[in-house]
Amino acid sequence: MIPTHLIQSTAETLMDKAAIEIPQDYLDGLQAAAATEDGDLSSFVLKAMLENYEAAKEDRRAMCGDTGVPRWFVKMGNEARVEGGMVALEAALRRATANATNGVPLRPNRVHPLWRTDHDNNVGIGAPEIEYGFEPEGEWVDLITVHKGGLFGTDYRMLFPSDGIQGIKRFYLDSLMAFGKRGLACQPAIIGIGLGGSKDICMTLGKRASTLRIVGSRNSDPKIAEMEDEFKELGNSIGMGAMGFVGKNMVIDCNIEVGYCHTGGMPMSVHAFCLSSRRAVARIHADGRVEHRTDPDWFTPYQRRETVEWEPVREAAE
Amino acid sequence: MSPREVRLSTTPTPEAIADLRLGDVVYLDGLMYTAREGVYMRALEDRANIPMELPAQSAANFHCSPAARINPDGSFDMGAVTATASFRFAKWLPEWMEKTGAKLIVGKGGMSSKDYKSYFVPNGAVYLSTVGYGTGALLGRGVEKVEAVHWNAELGLAQAMWVIKCNKMGPFIVASDLNGDCLFERENAKIAENVARVYEGTKPAVLKRYGESDDRTDEVI
Repeated sequence: MIPTHLIQSTAETLMDKAAIEIPQDYLDGLQAAAATEDGDLSSFVLKAMLENYEAAKEDRRAMCGDTGVPRWFVKMGNEARVEGGMVALEAALRRATANATNGVPLRPNRVHPLWRTDHDNNVGIGAPEIEYGFEPEGEWVDLITVHKGGLFGTDYRMLFPSDGIQGIKRFYLDSLMAFGKRGLACQPAIIGIGLGGSKDICMTLGKRASTLRIVGSRNSDPKIAEMEDEFKELGNSIGMGAMGFVGKNMVIDCNIEVGYCHTGGMPMSVHAFCLSSRRAVARIHADGRVEHRTDPDWFTPYQRRETVEWEPVREAAE
Repeated sequence: MSPREVRLSTTPTPEAIADLRLGDVVYLDGLMYTAREGVYMRALEDRANIPMELPAQSAANFHCSPAARINPDGSFDMGAVTATASFRFAKWLPEWMEKTGAKLIVGKGGMSSKDYKSYFVPNGAVYLSTVGYGTGALLGRGVEKVEAVHWNAELGLAQAMWVIKCNKMGPFIVASDLNGDCLFERENAKIAENVARVYEGTKPAVLKRYGESDDRTDEVI
């Protein structure tokens, strides 16, 4: 049984780490980009960003003033048990979000869409979002927080089978062109593409592709993995860099996730996880151990399963 | 080639502004206030009295909400500071500049050259862009202290008018000049040369959308 207080204290630590410490995979990607960048202005920008990550860690202050909209992904092993049940877990995550907003401090970004009411704690109706995933075995709970910022860089479009790969490429480029100008997307970014699902799930897939997969990861479908490589290169061939200045680096990586969709359609979403690609993860074990990491490891074979039943062990034995 | 670095007062002389060139890197000294949609609506639409002497105290308007808190004893803790996209404040800026004498508009992404020519240049003002965007920790280091927070009760922490004392706060990039030229449009024009090549082989979506531009050299702001 995992105690509620451990969930809350771990969640508060995660909020702090996400806001302040750039994940190593993104940092490696940006350093590689900075090494190749030859545009005067975009080189200056990347250098300033690398200094900024250091300053954030040294001072223990948030890396960006827009600390995003904190949200939670909870992954549970099938045998995990939480003290007080899931209602207690949700209360712990809401308390941690509010406490960390004042503690770090974060910017209280969350307001009512119409009345603009701000509770000054990033908690409100539907905020923070808490989404769930499950794995077949284990007594652990993974807490993943993502502080995605930015009002730009995301788009959705219902494409159709006749649009094909060339149509997908075009909408991808359109999104980069529209939001890359003036650097509205805060690139170089981890671009996530969602293909398929129903409309809402298409958006979810793309968001998760950008925020829950690390730089350098590849889709388990080799043909999609090839597309990821190709799309990364395509985005970096536009000639647009950081802040929309002339440059070579717009896409630190491109991650694509798919879901089965209506036979007549091919919905597509594009998301940009920005220069502050903030995520932090901890696994809480049943015995109270807490292990921190930055890879959400969300897209497991179980999450991408295609069959009615989940019996990989038996299939492997046959 | 590295950009030129300039120290600039937040109550700059006309000469200092005239000396700025597109792409210069600027560090600010003096008082700067945050004002975005909340402050603009309250001051310009609700006609509330602006709680500062402008531009005597500051001629620098930051499109920003900080990651900060007000402590129970009334003191402030300022963490990271970054800007929000400025183009959507074009509705209020002409009246704001006229009313407050702002000479430095500091934000994210700049405005259009049309904005610059129609009301920045006549007011002797230029636009400074934050860098990145997201050098929040570096900019936070440049905040010597928070002088005051106005209208917190009315607008909330994120929209309140924060008055900060800058000490070599930066980096910022000069994104407009007194000709009304726009750094971002200059860069867009260079990138536009590549657009046709990058799009080669792609095809328009079978289902169109209303009201869109299909010219990739256009901006959508």
